[in-house]
Amino acid sequence: MSLELFLLLAAALFCIGLFGALTQQSIVMLMMGLELMLGGLIVGAAAVWHFIAPAAADGQVLIVIAVTVMAVEMAVGFAVITALFRAREVDITDMAAELRE
Amino acid sequence: MLTDVTFWVLAVLAIAAGVMVFRFDSMARATYALLTSLLCVGGEVLLLGLDYLGVVIVLMMTIEMAIMAVFMVMYMMNPAGLMPMTMVHNAKGAAAICLVVFAALATGILLAPWPERRGKPPADPTKALGMSLMGPQMLTMMTLGMALFATIVGTVVLATRRGRYDRFGDDLGGDHVVGPGGGAGR
Amino acid sequence: MAEPAPLWTALVLPVALAGAAVVTAGLDAALSASAERGRTASARDFLVRVAGPLREGLRLLVQQRRRTKAADTVLGRLGVVLVPIAAVLAGVVLPLGFTAVSDLDVGVVWFNAMEALAWTAVWLTGWGPNSALSLIGGYRFLAQGLAYELPHMLAITTAALGAESLRVGDVVSAQQELWFVVRMPAAFGVYLLSAMAMSFWGPFDQPTGQDIAGGAATELSSADRLVFLGGRWLLLVVTAGFSVPLFLGGGHGPLLPGWSWTLIKTAAVLGVLVGCRRLMPTVRMDRYMKLAWVVLVPLVLLQALIVAVFVLNR
Repeated sequence: MSLELFLLLAAALFCIGLFGALTQQSIVMLMMGLELMLGGLIVGAAAVWHFIAPAAADGQVLIVIAVTVMAVEMAVGFAVITALFRAREVDITDMAAELRE
Repeated sequence: MLTDVTFWVLAVLAIAAGVMVFRFDSMARATYALLTSLLCVGGEVLLLGLDYLGVVIVLMMTIEMAIMAVFMVMYMMNPAGLMPMTMVHNAKGAAAICLVVFAALATGILLAPWPERRGKPPADPTKALGMSLMGPQMLTMMTLGMALFATIVGTVVLATRRGRYDRFGDDLGGDHVVGPGGGAGR
Repeated sequence: MAEPAPLWTALVLPVALAGAAVVTAGLDAALSASAERGRTASARDFLVRVAGPLREGLRLLVQQRRRTKAADTVLGRLGVVLVPIAAVLAGVVLPLGFTAVSDLDVGVVWFNAMEALAWTAVWLTGWGPNSALSLIGGYRFLAQGLAYELPHMLAITTAALGAESLRVGDVVSAQQELWFVVRMPAAFGVYLLSAMAMSFWGPFDQPTGQDIAGGAATELSSADRLVFLGGRWLLLVVTAGFSVPLFLGGGHGPLLPGWSWTLIKTAAVLGVLVGCRRLMPTVRMDRYMKLAWVVLVPLVLLQALIVAVFVLNR
C-alpha cells in the first residue's frame, strides 16, 4: 500500500468515468460516468489524507464535499431529465442538443 | 499483508465493475455494477482508516443507486437489455482522450515529489472531522447545507408537473384542493 | 462498557438470530391459527402450530424450483441472498448483554448502512424474475423506503446524540441511570414503526401484499422463497433487537445478568410488534409517505432538538 497505488486507482476510476461521460448518449448513463469520476476523487482525497496530512481534517472535509456533490448531481440530473422528458420526450444528449435548432 | 491483499482485491473489483457499467446491456446490471464499484471505493476509504466516512459512503451509495435504478429503467428504451443495442457516440475519440488523461495523471503521480507524511492520524478521525466541520470549516458546512436545500427546492420545481394553480385553481387563498394528484391537504 | 467478543461468536450469531426468527415466526403462526381455527386443545396441539413455519420451510427446501422466461437470475438471486446477509451483518453490532460480536466505532451508522442494503435487495428480488407483479412489489418497497428511511435515520441519530457517541456500547452505557425511551419517547415510537416498515411486515407488508399476489416474492419458489421470507423474519428480529441497546437500556436491569435482560427486552419488543401486526390494518406506502414527511420528520427533529439541549446542559 502506498500513496502512488491509491492515486493510480483513483486515476483509473476517474478515466473510466470520463470515458462513460463522453461516450454515452443516454443522460442517465452519462450521470453514471460522472458518479464514477467522483468515486475516483474520493479515493484520491482519502489517500492524500492518510499518506500526506493525516493530522489535518481537510482531506476528510473534501470527501464530505465529494459525497454531497454526488447527491446533488444525481438529484438535479434526474430532475432535469424529468423536465426534458415531460416537455419534449427527450432522454438522449444528442437529441437535447438538437432542441436549439 | 492482509491490508495489501484487501487493497488489491477491492481495487481490481472497483475497476472491473466500473468498466462493466458501460458494457452491460441491462440497465439494472449497469446500475448495480456501479454500486459494486462505489462500495469498493467505500471499502478503500475504510482501509485508509476513515471508518465513519467509509460507512457513510456505503450507506449513501446504496440508497443513491437504488433510486438511480428506478430512473434507469424509466428512461431507457431497453432497460432489461433483452435486445442489445449501442447508444454511444464518438467512442474512439473519447477512448483516446481518456488514455491521454490517464497517461498524464499517471506520469504526474509517479514523478511528483510527494511530501513526507506529516503528523499522525487523530485517535478518533470521526471526532476530528466533526470538530473541523463545526469549527474552522463551518463555512464549508453551511455552504453544503445551502446547496442541498437549493437542490431540494430546485429539483421539486423542475420535476413536478403541477404548479400551485393546478392544485388550488384560480383562488390561491382557498383551502381546498381542486387539481388531481396527491400531496398534503388532499 | 462493551468487551470484545471472541471470534467464534461471529459463527454463532447467524444461528442465534435464525433461532430467534423461527421462534417469533412460530408464535405468530400459532396466534394466526388460534384466530382462524379456535383455541388449542392441548400443549401438543400448540407445539404443532408453533412448528408450522418450520414445516413450511422444510417443504420449500424440497420444492421444485420454478423458472420464468428471460429472468435476470444473477440479480434476482443476489437480491434474495442479500436480505438475510444484510440482516446478519447488521446484527454484528447487536450487544447481548454488554458484548457484541464487533462493537464498531461507528456501529450506529453501520447498522443503518446494512439496512439500506436490505432495502435495495428487495428491489433486486422484484426485478429478477421478469414478472410484472414482483416488479411492482419491488417498486413499492423503494417508495416505502423513501418514506420510512428519513424519520428512521433521525430517530437513531437522536439516540446517538443522547449518548454523544456512534458506538453502540457507549449508547448502552449512557443509559445506566435512565433509559432513552423515557428521554426520547417520540424517537422510540418512530423507530418501532420503521422497524416494521423496514422488514416489510405487519402493517407495512404492501411490497409483498396479497393484492399483488405476494409482490416481490410472487415468483420465488423453493430455497429462494425460504431464504427471502426467512431473511425478512431475520430483519424483523434484528431491527427489534437493535431497539434494546438504542432505547431500552441494553443489558441494564436489576438482579438478572445482562444477557438475560437483552433477551427479555427483545422478546417484549417483538411481542409488541406482533401485537401491532394483529391490531393495525395495512398502510399504503404513499399514505405513510405523507405521514412520515409531514408529521414524523418534524416530530423527530423536535425530539432531537430537545435531546441536544439536554445534552448541552448536562
